[in-house]
Amino acid sequence: MDYEIVIGLEVHCQLLTETKIFCGCSTNFGNPPNENTCPVCTGMPGALPVLNRKVVDFAVRAGLATNCDITQSSIFARKNYFYPDLPKGYQISQFELPVCVGGYLDIEVEGEQKRIGITRIHMEEDAGKLVHPEHEYGVSFVDYNRACVPLIEIVSEPDMRGAAEAVAYLKAMRNIMVYLEVCDGNMEEGSFRCDANISLRRWGAPEFGTRAELKNMNSFRNVQRAIEYEVERQRDILDGGGSVVQETRLWNVDRGISISMRGKEDAHDYRYFPDPDLLPIVIEDAWIDEVRENLPELPVARHQRFVADYGIPVVDADVLTADHNVADYFEAVVKLYAQPKAIANWIMVELMKFLNDDKISITKCPVTPQGLAELLGLIEDGTISGKIGKQVFAQMYSSADNDPRQIVENQGLAQMSDTGELISMVDEVLAASPDKVKEYQGGKTKMLGFFVGQIMKKSKGQANPQMVNELIKERIG
Amino acid sequence: MELYNDTLENLSQRLAKGEISALELTQSVLKRIAEVDGKIGSYITVDTEGALAQATAADIRLKSGENVTPLTGIPLGLKDLISTAGLQTTCASKMLVGYRPEYDATVVRRLREAGAVITGKLNMDEFAMGSSTENSALKKTCNPWNTGRVPGGSSGGSTAAVAAATAIATLGSDTGGSIRQPASFCGVVGMKPTYGRVSRYGLIAFASSLDQIGPVALTVADAALLLGVIAGHDERDSTSVNIPGANYYDNLKKDIKGLKIGVSQEYFSAGLDPEVETLVRKACGQLADVGALINEDVSLPHTDYAVAAYYLLATAEASSNLARYDGVKYGFRSDDADGLVDMYRKTRAQGFGDEVKRRIMLGTYALSSGYYDAYYRKAQQVRTLITRDFDKVFGDCDVIVAPVCPTPAFAFGEKIADPLAMYLSDILTIPVNLAGLPAISVPCGFTKSGLPVGLQIIAKPFAEETLLRVAWQYEQLAGWSGRRPELEKGAV
Ligand SMILES: [Zn+2]
Repeated sequence: MDYEIVIGLEVHCQLLTETKIFCGCSTNFGNPPNENTCPVCTGMPGALPVLNRKVVDFAVRAGLATNCDITQSSIFARKNYFYPDLPKGYQISQFELPVCVGGYLDIEVEGEQKRIGITRIHMEEDAGKLVHPEHEYGVSFVDYNRACVPLIEIVSEPDMRGAAEAVAYLKAMRNIMVYLEVCDGNMEEGSFRCDANISLRRWGAPEFGTRAELKNMNSFRNVQRAIEYEVERQRDILDGGGSVVQETRLWNVDRGISISMRGKEDAHDYRYFPDPDLLPIVIEDAWIDEVRENLPELPVARHQRFVADYGIPVVDADVLTADHNVADYFEAVVKLYAQPKAIANWIMVELMKFLNDDKISITKCPVTPQGLAELLGLIEDGTISGKIGKQVFAQMYSSADNDPRQIVENQGLAQMSDTGELISMVDEVLAASPDKVKEYQGGKTKMLGFFVGQIMKKSKGQANPQMVNELIKERIG
Repeated sequence: MELYNDTLENLSQRLAKGEISALELTQSVLKRIAEVDGKIGSYITVDTEGALAQATAADIRLKSGENVTPLTGIPLGLKDLISTAGLQTTCASKMLVGYRPEYDATVVRRLREAGAVITGKLNMDEFAMGSSTENSALKKTCNPWNTGRVPGGSSGGSTAAVAAATAIATLGSDTGGSIRQPASFCGVVGMKPTYGRVSRYGLIAFASSLDQIGPVALTVADAALLLGVIAGHDERDSTSVNIPGANYYDNLKKDIKGLKIGVSQEYFSAGLDPEVETLVRKACGQLADVGALINEDVSLPHTDYAVAAYYLLATAEASSNLARYDGVKYGFRSDDADGLVDMYRKTRAQGFGDEVKRRIMLGTYALSSGYYDAYYRKAQQVRTLITRDFDKVFGDCDVIVAPVCPTPAFAFGEKIADPLAMYLSDILTIPVNLAGLPAISVPCGFTKSGLPVGLQIIAKPFAEETLLRVAWQYEQLAGWSGRRPELEKGAV
């Protein structure tokens, strides 16, 4: 039988604030266990949370970028459950009156536009992390560095109708959050993660089917695979006359299957209630306006502008706007050197290759936009050839020396454009191969390449090939 | 007179003048603790070494004359749910025996900065849940006026210590009457400030929206001096309010002529002990004699619903606040547990006392899915109505005068077996917490059998100055404050 697939996503973004949501501890990743902690984030008796206003800024930014309404007076609630990584026995989150509600995101799937509703965005604190030492059975440790790190959860409407739509939504959402500098978007490290609610229903059925919740998908590819697996699993059940059980399932990457984690009967009663330690968050219009004014250009707008203003191909704009740091870099070079297409090529081919090899972000690129602009200028004015340009770029990259002119000068890499010197070199080569000169003059014009090659070799690649060509033709043409 | 018997107000002047030293005074109080606390049982922890060191430091400060505050060199005790860095803080629970906080509560930091001497930590009902201190898992505290009677609770250790002169003054905490009721039972002054006036940072929470730290002292002036140091905005507590306080002490003596005092009939209803009623009504008469205008025609119509609303809200918050005692990081952990869930179950089953467990269960139920609207949300609505009752009365009156507790101190065991009877003993103090108002208990006489009775004065939010002024004026007229029980005679 044929079914309609219904998917809703809950996306968690770890926010890029410098300090935690309810205390002044650092959010720095990778510090020794429990170094970034204090009485507040370890839930010591008597300690109280104080809201980091930056977190509200970020949540409002995310809400405005996804067309949400901002709640004027929103409240924090306690979500109560026991787990060793949760030091207070409750997570401070939002329940009734979340910070943003009722937005949407437009996505494109197979050339078609689709609007996905966003139910709500709420702020909450992350939990710590359990550490199970390999050789000590029955002993576990808890690292609270991550406890109290701010998150936003973005809950979509059940508007997606297949894995491809879900992945497109997720990619668009990730790109926006990265552009907003709200989240680093790292799925493997879990700073951008998602849970999926999936159900099937017969075409035309008015009500949704029973849904299963999928967790633990740490890449776009895994989201795609896990949803496809789940759809097939539910289809098999329904086709066999069975009914889907409401449950939470964990995706197992290695085995490519999902496994039931807990059923409805084990579902927690979180006993949400307003946190009496925190006051309602009053967000006045002035605050919202301030955030709105500082909102960066979003990916879709920037892409359109790149194509329209710089005249670069859509595929180039795709690559350059996929990471706003790359787009920033591109524009910085364009400002200094008005050849967008040439710059795009250099960034996408040369620069990205080096960055990918070293696995570093463009923000850490040793070649500055100024350095690159100058290098491209040297190629354009004929000082060096494109080939030498690549060599100079490699040197600039490895030494972080952003003065290409100096490099060319010091190493004598400039093209030979001195006619006198070139003429004597051409004459020498022609004199050394009288037979070949004859062949050329007899109509074998491809011998021209041979002569040019000889001269380039003699000049160690520094002869200006254009001029060499002309000189040869002048001499024996 | 022994130094420990004097008031904070006098001692502070004597210290500043160099007539006595902080060390002498502290030694006097420590000696007193050694002599009588065996009989009263106020202290869970006496910090002799720390107190002597702080006294020595205070003397240096007093000698230099710099940075001297009214609390410099004054020995104070703290209810054992106020966090003290490095000094055991138990909440009178088996759960926290041996727990040494890594930080000072804001009030403790302020006391230390003022140069106060901290003598130790005082007994209470476990996690402040109770009205007699009988729920302490660690020790029994007796009423210094009659050791067969309870001191009240939950700050019973704090009030008994002041009455027995084992501290010059103390801090307690008041969630539903936990400072005022034991102050009434022990014949001392106990004040609950406006919610938000004193930082809760470091106060181990029972019910966060109701808890408030306050002073317990021999006289109103002493309480005013202590409040002056602990009150004030704290950026570590989001619910602390940034409203500057007046100089509570300096304004005490302004007269109260023409001040409007409301007396609500709902606070004199059935169940009120006739002796208590007589003493409180007499106090109203005395206030009228000095020019206050008594209005007996005010009404707080939702008073009857306060206890029910309180026991839903307070327990709901407590069920969440006490979730952190899970045996993972500090405090008690059951040693016969098999696996994580069993560790939680056994740790909490063995670590908490009956009343704490009863309230955690009540609160968990009130917040459960399907019951939230009927219990928690409804109780919040009642809370709003009670607050409006007070707002309305305060449209016409400056303060409200009432009994603190329907009865004087009761005997050990009298109510402990009947939780409901115990809960109802808070009926006259709870509405104040629900509305977040400041209120005080001032001694207003003794029953025929020699038990002290307190007069409750309630003021508008952040009107502590008026509250203390009325209390001080009454105290001057009545002269009940400062009396001491005769402990030596009956010493065991
Ligand atoms: Zn922290």
